[in-house]
Amino acid sequence: MSTDNVVDTKRRRFLVNATSVVAAVGAGFVAVPFVSSWMPSERAKNAGAPVEVDISKLEEGRMLVVEWQSKPVWIVKRSEKTLADLAKNDANLRDPASENVDQQPSYAQNHDRSIKPEILVLVGICTHLGCSPTFRPDIAPADLGEDWLGGFFCPCHSSRFDLAGRVFQGVPAPTNLAVPPHKYVSDNVIVVGEDEEVA
Amino acid sequence: MGKLIGWIDDRFPLTKMWNEHLAEYYAPKNFNFWYFFGSLALMVLVIQIISGIFLTMHYKPDAATAFASVEYIMRDVPYGWLIRYIHSTGATAFFVVVYLHMLRGLMYGSYKQPRELIWLFGMFIYLALMAEAFMGYLLPWGQMSYWGAQVIISLFSAIPVIGDDLTLWIRGDFVIGDATLNRFFALHVIALPFVLVFLVIAHIIALHEVGSNNPDGVEIKKNKDANGIPLDGIPFHPYYSVKDIVGVVVFLFFFSVIMFYFPDGGGYMLEHANFIASDPLKTPEHIAPVWYFTPFYAILRAVPDKLLGVGAMGAAIVLLFFMPWIDRCKVKSIRYRSVIYKVNLSVFVVSFVVLGWLAMQPVTGMITFMSQLFSFFYFAFFVVLYITSKNESTLPVPDRVTS
Repeated sequence: MSTDNVVDTKRRRFLVNATSVVAAVGAGFVAVPFVSSWMPSERAKNAGAPVEVDISKLEEGRMLVVEWQSKPVWIVKRSEKTLADLAKNDANLRDPASENVDQQPSYAQNHDRSIKPEILVLVGICTHLGCSPTFRPDIAPADLGEDWLGGFFCPCHSSRFDLAGRVFQGVPAPTNLAVPPHKYVSDNVIVVGEDEEVA
Repeated sequence: MGKLIGWIDDRFPLTKMWNEHLAEYYAPKNFNFWYFFGSLALMVLVIQIISGIFLTMHYKPDAATAFASVEYIMRDVPYGWLIRYIHSTGATAFFVVVYLHMLRGLMYGSYKQPRELIWLFGMFIYLALMAEAFMGYLLPWGQMSYWGAQVIISLFSAIPVIGDDLTLWIRGDFVIGDATLNRFFALHVIALPFVLVFLVIAHIIALHEVGSNNPDGVEIKKNKDANGIPLDGIPFHPYYSVKDIVGVVVFLFFFSVIMFYFPDGGGYMLEHANFIASDPLKTPEHIAPVWYFTPFYAILRAVPDKLLGVGAMGAAIVLLFFMPWIDRCKVKSIRYRSVIYKVNLSVFVVSFVVLGWLAMQPVTGMITFMSQLFSFFYFAFFVVLYITSKNESTLPVPDRVTS
């Protein structure tokens, strides 16, 4: 052939580029199983069955902690006074009316963020960086200031929540504490992890 | 012997590499105290790899047995306590040495043209080292392991849109659990050490390509003798290899004192809460990271907004990558730079240390205010440097290194 020693650079560049593109696409496909293997396994997805909790022995002003999906779930019995005090915090909250629908099921999107006003059920994980806040029902303690009407205080980055799990302004946590799906099977037995049928 | 080396040299560039990197690598003759820390960092890496390999022979990366296997190493494995303390003290030593090494770079302008890539490789080493330390700290599966990892992984949830799925992907479960522990173990003992070793090799090759900087910030390659050897250079081996051995002895002296007498570093190296097995239902009352992460943690805590806080913390690290371009002054060494630069760098170093202390304190109004103030100083360093370095009034730089 007459073109033995002539390199067709255009053709060579095309072939190099085409090969590179094919290799890159192939590498992308190969990456899929490896990247996917980091997602929760079937076993992890199946764990976290609903938890039944008996609250008959829960006293007013006290908190019960149960484990659901390896997360702490708090159940607090609030007094009449606590419920009345909730409104006093409204002006200092980010989302007083619980308008962020991701943070509670529709049946808990009310002023007390609960099904029964006195019983509060929350996932005890701070919406900032995932620490578990401390239950601080005491009113106006020295470390939290005179305006404190009881609530939850995160020791990690000092986020504050009131006794309905609503976040205060000026703290790092962006949203209210989550209310998990839950329902009452009898007056004193709650099932955490299952939704109440909408009546 | 000579015949054997000749035989090898015909097949592998042994003598060539020995000469290029040691016997005929000419380093400036005016290295001072600050030049110990590069070789020390290399030694600590070796210590960590060896002690780490032996720990994996007894450790179990399983959420049900991890905590107990660490206690088993401490109590039942012959000299297990020593190997573990070598590894945990080594982690602290690594950061001490690396921070001093980085400060040396800042003082003598070692990140400047033509050494930008050395600095970038170094910053990537620092990043990989932080990831390595963080993942290693999860393995004992104590309370601080668990909640520290919970906080750090949750940092990614601040990223808009993909944040929540990303944290789920990192954890491999809806909470930190066995899946997380198992993958962190794999990354800690295989993936990241590989990355670290690769980056260290790149760091050294880049250094030996352009040659070492020195406390005067003078390029010694500008003045060479008839044989092409820098007039101010001396062969790394034996001059600096012997000098570095002295550094190693002094370093190991301090290392041993801490390892044998203060292995938990007063709670700053091995936190007290970490002697309690992890409990997903209860966060320890007072939570602070291990000392080497505290300055960045203080910046995170100073900002009362999730996304901005995480952003500020990330920026505090990312800005360091850009030092070669933020600092526009042609003069390298602090010796010949303006008072503004000296004050600016001093404020930066003090801020870094004070932020580290602040992050270990329980949150009060005063602590938050001080964290904000010193975070401001930290970032002001880069802004002031960028503005003042363009037309800085510098002292005349000598032609040759000073003695």
